[in-house]
Amino acid sequence: MFWQKSIAVNILMGVFALYFVIVFSFLGFQSFYILKKELPNQDPLKIVNGILLFYVIGDLIFRYIMQKLPVMNVKPLLVLNIRKSKLVNYVLSKSIFSFFNVVGLFFYIPFSLILIKEGYPASNVLSWLTAMLLIIVTANFLNFLTNKSNIAFGVLLVILGSIIALQQFDIYNFRQDSVAIFTSFYNNWLFVLVPAVVLVVSYYLNYKTLQTQLYLDDAVQVKTKEATTADLSFVDKLGDLAPFIKNDMRLIWRNKRTKTVFLMSFLMLFYAIIFFGNKTYEEKMPAFLIFASLFVTGGFAINFGQFIPAWDSEYYKMIMSQNIRYRKFLESKWLLMCVMTFVLYVLSIPYIYYGIDKFLMITAGAIFNIGFNTLFLLFAGSFNRKRIDLQASGFGNTQGTSATQFLIILPLMGLPMLLFWVFNKFIGFNAGIIAIAAVGVLGLILKDYLMNLIEKKYIKDKYATIHAFNQKK
Amino acid sequence: MIQVKNISKKYGSTEVLNIPSLDIPTGESFGLVGNNGAGKTTLFNILLDLIRPTTGSIENNNITVNRSEEWKTFTGSFIDESFLIGYLTPNEYFDFIGEIRGMNPADIKNFLSQFEEFFNGEILGKKKFLRDLSKGNQKKVGIVAALMGNPKVVILDEPFANLDPTTQIRLKNIIKKLTQEKETTVLVSSHDLSHVTEVCERIVVLEKGNVVKDIQTAPVTLQELESYFAS
Repeated sequence: MFWQKSIAVNILMGVFALYFVIVFSFLGFQSFYILKKELPNQDPLKIVNGILLFYVIGDLIFRYIMQKLPVMNVKPLLVLNIRKSKLVNYVLSKSIFSFFNVVGLFFYIPFSLILIKEGYPASNVLSWLTAMLLIIVTANFLNFLTNKSNIAFGVLLVILGSIIALQQFDIYNFRQDSVAIFTSFYNNWLFVLVPAVVLVVSYYLNYKTLQTQLYLDDAVQVKTKEATTADLSFVDKLGDLAPFIKNDMRLIWRNKRTKTVFLMSFLMLFYAIIFFGNKTYEEKMPAFLIFASLFVTGGFAINFGQFIPAWDSEYYKMIMSQNIRYRKFLESKWLLMCVMTFVLYVLSIPYIYYGIDKFLMITAGAIFNIGFNTLFLLFAGSFNRKRIDLQASGFGNTQGTSATQFLIILPLMGLPMLLFWVFNKFIGFNAGIIAIAAVGVLGLILKDYLMNLIEKKYIKDKYATIHAFNQKK
Repeated sequence: MIQVKNISKKYGSTEVLNIPSLDIPTGESFGLVGNNGAGKTTLFNILLDLIRPTTGSIENNNITVNRSEEWKTFTGSFIDESFLIGYLTPNEYFDFIGEIRGMNPADIKNFLSQFEEFFNGEILGKKKFLRDLSKGNQKKVGIVAALMGNPKVVILDEPFANLDPTTQIRLKNIIKKLTQEKETTVLVSSHDLSHVTEVCERIVVLEKGNVVKDIQTAPVTLQELESYFAS
């Protein structure tokens, strides 16, 4: 339920929404002039019309993945004295105001205003705008009609894929069709009736289907996923740690939030491209290259590690009353972070393209991540006092975040940057690299000793952590 | 087996538990009853070292629970659904608990086969995560997991709640069988007076954190308890 989400989550969602709103309005106001400047011989409206067909299909695919009919909201209303038709109309009309629809307005409306300002006849522009708005809402209802059927999704993907391919290889030019379709709305308002009719029909079909589906075993149903089990017996070689490692692997793969962390860490691999491709960093701020290098291999360790042990908060009481040595629980997390960092390091080998010195930075960063950051994150985790609900969605979810998360970034990233800066400035590049790697190696050598301290800290804080993890939202 | 010594628990100025002394001998089936807020779960939580008592201590087989963790090797417990790992299937959960209780895969399989009737075909080999099971089925998993690895002490909080009538009867048989040999000490709390009087040889009534009755179960016990809670 949206009102149960913490304020922080709402703020973050707001930031995301704001980002899209800004991008869309910027395009709305500026694309006319940008296109005019870049392609002075062509009509900007025509260029936009040429893209719209692809955009509309792309939008449908995006909606298919992201947008759901907010039908669960009516569950508490089902047994009240409200007519079903009213409930259905409520659900459907409410969906019109979804973010997926509203965001488009931020492009179409300013773009239309600019067209009028630049001397396009207002009546034609308004006719075009009306058609676009109708298409947005139609897309909204068409999406609910496909009802998450994989066939519809496949068909959409194939259509988009093939028209892009046909376009790309100059076999058939869909841009012309796109121009023809969308210019017709501009030229003759009668064509606007076409999307209007499609809209009415799709609303009606939605209405009809939803009316028969407002039951707890149909549309208003909590969906459960079938459990698929993978054979993880190869982990058994790790002996005592095996049950924990298996658990952690399942934890990561079977919960949205952890899965997002896991998949994002592969995206982070590309992070350093931004920095390595830019000469100014190399010449003026080489310490920032270290910053980037750490992220390349450390994406998983940092994002997963900073929420230890909160990932296990839902069943923390059981862990604490079971015949478990805390050490094993922590070592399993540690090993997982090290292995993932190593895997990411192997995947980062293509960075040699940017020069061996860059790759050495990544190597030093990986050693630092494995030797120092993993242990430091475990230590910092003992300060975590926020429960995490694993079932909540992964993207932009900040549950479990507190000041701790901001404080730990400092030594995590700041220390190696500082080390490198000092040694690089006063001795040389190699000394900077070696200094970072040395701290990592030192961490590995002292691992058992440090792990003992960390374990003691966790045991000391046990009751406070149990109490905190018991607090549900 | 279990000695409660001067236990009290205060939150601010409200005292939620105060038990000067309570001895539970080895092999006893011990029932704890009381209304909501009587302190049943608090007592179990202190016994499992999940919360600290304000004063006093509890010994489990001569081990002070908040000093050493040795008691964990012979104590099985199920307090509520938070003892389950939601993203595992029942089989994976039993494997996990079994492994940390020192059982090998064959042991686990043998152990689980005893409970086929109790599970009623709804638990094992089903492609469902624990979080998607019904409350009753979650409870079945939790109870059986608490019995893994031959524990000497078994602690079950409200084990009868949410179970269907057939399963309640089967659970009663399991508990009776467990204490037959007088080797396993079983602690059960319940709101259901008839179930508890049926399986427990001794019943302690808690009210607002105090022991108000300590009865050896006899044929009249159920009546006695009912009249106590009715007044």
